[in-house]
Amino acid sequence: MEQNFVNMLIENPWIAALIIVVIPLVFVVIYALIAILGELKIASFVQERLGPMRTGWKGTMQPVAEVVKLLQKEDITPDAADKPLFNLAPFLMFAAAFAGFAVIPFSPYFLPAGIELGLFYVFAIGSLGVIGLVMGGWASNNKYSLLGAMRSVAQIVSYEIPAAIAILSIATLSGSLNLNVISDNQSGWFWNWYIFGGPGPWWKILVIPFTLGLGLIYLISTLAETNRTPFDIPEGESEIVAGYHTEYSGMKFAMFFFAEYANMFIVAAILMLLFFGGWNSPFGDFLNQWWMQPVWFILKAFFWVFLTIWLRWTLPRLRVDQLMYMSWKVLLPWGFVCFFAVSLFVMLK
Amino acid sequence: MDYLIPIIFYGFAAMILISAAVVVFSKKIIYAAFALLFTFFGVAGFYVLLNADFLAITQIMIYIGGILVLIIFGVMLTTKITGVDIKEGVTSKIQKGFALLAITIIGITLLILYSNVKWVTKEFPEIKSTIIPIGNVLLTDYILAFEVASVLLLIAIVGAALIARRK
Repeated sequence: MEQNFVNMLIENPWIAALIIVVIPLVFVVIYALIAILGELKIASFVQERLGPMRTGWKGTMQPVAEVVKLLQKEDITPDAADKPLFNLAPFLMFAAAFAGFAVIPFSPYFLPAGIELGLFYVFAIGSLGVIGLVMGGWASNNKYSLLGAMRSVAQIVSYEIPAAIAILSIATLSGSLNLNVISDNQSGWFWNWYIFGGPGPWWKILVIPFTLGLGLIYLISTLAETNRTPFDIPEGESEIVAGYHTEYSGMKFAMFFFAEYANMFIVAAILMLLFFGGWNSPFGDFLNQWWMQPVWFILKAFFWVFLTIWLRWTLPRLRVDQLMYMSWKVLLPWGFVCFFAVSLFVMLK
Repeated sequence: MDYLIPIIFYGFAAMILISAAVVVFSKKIIYAAFALLFTFFGVAGFYVLLNADFLAITQIMIYIGGILVLIIFGVMLTTKITGVDIKEGVTSKIQKGFALLAITIIGITLLILYSNVKWVTKEFPEIKSTIIPIGNVLLTDYILAFEVASVLLLIAIVGAALIARRK
């Protein structure tokens, strides 16, 4: 545990550090391509059409083509935009999204930064992305961008609170903020996952409704925090064009795009690490070898990414007041109830 | 990797100083607000170098995620939507003189302090994480201060809600 396989293989600390940084970066790029393809194909499946079919076999090379197109497009900076901030915003947002990967354990042997406060860190570093978003929205000098940024910040700040309560409950249950330790606590069969109350005596079934509720609260909050449907009012096409990235094109738009997909993966990974056993196999020791654990991790995380894409094509968009009602009057009180129940369980256990 | 720590330290120090200078001297208040981000971030970096991991993340969470977002929101809404340009006011010569005097006094005091204080550079045991000792101390020795602070925050939240409700 806590040991990085890169550090074990390579003596030189500089090269090892470089490789540790590059692995998640490569992963983000490949994953974003898969997620774009997934988005296109799932959308077309839901809408009963074929989707992209021309590039590669059944259109599988479509995301590559799209990224190449984005990279060679003209980079337009509006005349009235605030140039330094306009240019800085996409990079700040991507840096914030990528910084989150520092504490995501892909396997017990790969945790880029072995800090004890991983969970707290992921939660805090997300706020940097909020600033990038506001910066982009403000610097574009476009009312749609500004409205999109304001909506987005209002939404993210509101939904951080139920998400924090869900995270806090799991931290209470596991007694650690290190994501690797939290995953390790859930090893064994799938009934040891925190969504099913975690490992404990038989009467832990009493706490299962509350942990299920917390999982649902966290899932809903993360949908809002990543601006996904049904909470995508910051990018509501029919109202405000494309929200905060209306004025962006080419490479900078691609940065926003990648940042959004990276954020999606981070929240899916956190959801999975907290509630669904992390890199553990669901079936005890069956297929729980060291080479299988990253596969389980990626499979489980991709399932939640798939779910967010699926929801996008299933649910309609909420209104702003419904969104706020959902956060403050539904998720927050129920989150408190679940938190008290889980705390009581931890005290009695 | 010991020689890396001074490099990181001076990197953060340069970042803090440059961004703080932008905060003070920038004519556009929005630049000042965004430059504050880098100042706060650099201070968080200092905390990490001092092995205060919990404090570093709390700094990012509260100052960047909370206070800075609020400041930027306020600035954004006032300058772009209402069209009022917030710029620094004109300072008179007397004000500038007083400022200079204050800065000189503070500078001299700091210099005297720096040269007189016996700086203790002690080897300390390796700490894995500060959160457990902080939590233990907060809920045992400093429980009263902790509770008073939480009650104060609760009053602030209730007060804010009350003000926002009143039409």
